[in-house]
Amino acid sequence: MPMPAYATTPERAWFYAHRVIVAAILVFLIAPILVIMPLSFNSEPYFSYPMPGLSLRWYEDFFTNVRWTSALKMSIIVAVSVTLVSTALGTLAALGLSRPRFPARGIIMSLLISPIIVPVIISAIGMYFFYTRIGLTNSIPGIVLAHTALATPFVVITVTATLSGFDQTLTRAAASLGSNPVHSFFKITLPLILPGVISGGLFAFVTSFDEVVVVLFIASPEQRTLPKQMFSGIREMISPTITAAATLLIVFAVTMLTTVELLRRRSERLRGIRN
Amino acid sequence: MVATTAPDIVRTADGVPLKLKLQRVERSRRLKALGLVLPLLIFIVMSFVVPIGTMLKNAIDDPEDISKVLPATMQALQSWNGQDIPDESVFAAFVADIKQAQKDKTSALVGKRLNYEIPGIRSKVIAGARKIEKLEAGPYKDALIAMDAVWGQQETWATIKRASSPWTAFYLLAALDFERNADNAIQNVPPEQAIYRTIFVRTFWIAFQVTLATLLLGFPVAYLLATLPTRYSNLLMIFVLLPFWTSLLVRTTAWFVLLQDNGLINEVIQLLHLWDGPLRLIFSRFGTILAMTHIQLPFTLLPIYSVMKTISPSHVRAARSLGAGPFYAFWRVYFPQTIPGIAAGCLLTFILALGYYITPALVGGATDQMVSSMVALAINQENNWGKASALGAILLFATLILFTVYNRLVGVDKMKFG
Repeated sequence: MPMPAYATTPERAWFYAHRVIVAAILVFLIAPILVIMPLSFNSEPYFSYPMPGLSLRWYEDFFTNVRWTSALKMSIIVAVSVTLVSTALGTLAALGLSRPRFPARGIIMSLLISPIIVPVIISAIGMYFFYTRIGLTNSIPGIVLAHTALATPFVVITVTATLSGFDQTLTRAAASLGSNPVHSFFKITLPLILPGVISGGLFAFVTSFDEVVVVLFIASPEQRTLPKQMFSGIREMISPTITAAATLLIVFAVTMLTTVELLRRRSERLRGIRN
Repeated sequence: MVATTAPDIVRTADGVPLKLKLQRVERSRRLKALGLVLPLLIFIVMSFVVPIGTMLKNAIDDPEDISKVLPATMQALQSWNGQDIPDESVFAAFVADIKQAQKDKTSALVGKRLNYEIPGIRSKVIAGARKIEKLEAGPYKDALIAMDAVWGQQETWATIKRASSPWTAFYLLAALDFERNADNAIQNVPPEQAIYRTIFVRTFWIAFQVTLATLLLGFPVAYLLATLPTRYSNLLMIFVLLPFWTSLLVRTTAWFVLLQDNGLINEVIQLLHLWDGPLRLIFSRFGTILAMTHIQLPFTLLPIYSVMKTISPSHVRAARSLGAGPFYAFWRVYFPQTIPGIAAGCLLTFILALGYYITPALVGGATDQMVSSMVALAINQENNWGKASALGAILLFATLILFTVYNRLVGVDKMKFG
């Protein structure tokens, strides 16, 4: 909203003051991320400015130290598995939930979303008790199972949102022309909702890739994911390699953000919301 | 034509009334839709709902089921009036049970279980069991009381009797700083042992402060983003979305680094001569609230923003043209329309803030820990599943009440990310 022509002097003052305040808040939002990145190139193991010199030693440590490389590998294995399972399950469920007159929709939706809402420590100890009993703790399948439960709600939410703008007459048209439901799903529905499905999958990947509390409880000490390694890194022996890991994760976040934004625009174009 | 077929009943080609046919089609559609959701529903129930049920069961479960160790005692205590010290028959049964337990090496369990409710009794039970083993013949009542005064206390026997049930409210009571007294009535624990109510109040207070801070910071930003032309607002939106997409641990690490005694914030304070010496920012309440506000800000901001996007600027213009001052027009015309967004954002932030664990654990001090940290402590250090579960159950209950409110006001469908 531009400043109206009839604005009074205090109004003008407030107009600019508001922008200054917002600028300060936006700096507050971005500053921690911007501050930690240069520190990862510090030649000395300090966390303060000014930096005495530049060096890539923390990146070298990140990519050669087995604690970090194995953690990265573990995180990728788990997150990829989680993404595959939760995208499949979540997309199917979103398709069902989007059908008209779905029975008990509110309750089922709340139940499927609940892993986001329930404090993660509660999920973690519940899983710890139950998975101990059935022998799933200290195993990769156990971590994948737990992370999938936490990640799938994001797929359900994202795909349901995409489907809310989906034109159901398209599948009816396909059916009237003799296409069976499976065929019309793959030929018509899926290509149109694919951006939403991929976004949901990326959310699931990030959720797993970032999760630490559940892993702290149900994984063995040898099973380290990247966040777990960072958590113990901050707690025990704060090594500047953490800043290198953080910087790489920020670059990863930028990539994810860009991808999701592009997908969102593509999805809106496909659904004809904007050109 | 046959009179039984009323002409107004429309039938399909195979002779079924159309209404019935439609109902059948409708039902099969519903079942198909349910079939699509079923795999995930089963998955979530198995991997998430059942584990949480396990936790709730642990909260009221008596894991040290000493009724199996002391079967005769439990039997004998049935007829005890609960007021005075039990009679000789109970003591005789107890001695017999303990002698058997010493053989089975299960007597330590009795001490462990009683110690939950009577701190310090464990060693007395273990020492007592060894002496009881050597007791030849009765009467046992006086012998035991002479051995240790604890056996002459009504409280001891009341606790043993209560332990006969496989269920116990003990953990839930303890998690709220209640205990049962000798008469089995619920009372407050002694002030020096009461810690959990303080922690629950602290958790709610921190969550409230964080929610308020995110609202105060988020509202002006959302307003600007919603009223700027799209090309500018999209650019500024990166400032909100990039932190949102950045790993929680990265952001907590960043605050950990920033808040150090010799960290950047303190350096700037020194440089500008705002304060003598470094401020204690890390491991402080201020640090916890600052980091949590930073992490939660997008969660409050984005719902407010999406509601503001739908408010037509002509409303405020109309109010101004009718003579309302700028503040009055904003407050009476614009602001009320943003309340659904404020409710959605603030409720979500409050719910999520209640469950914080990582951030207070890393940047907070000992007196900034929230309920989640106590749950973790009960598991990791004290190995007390019952206490952890009871604390978790109370936290879960609070969260679910708020989630129900959220669902009524906002609807789970309205939840959006990115």
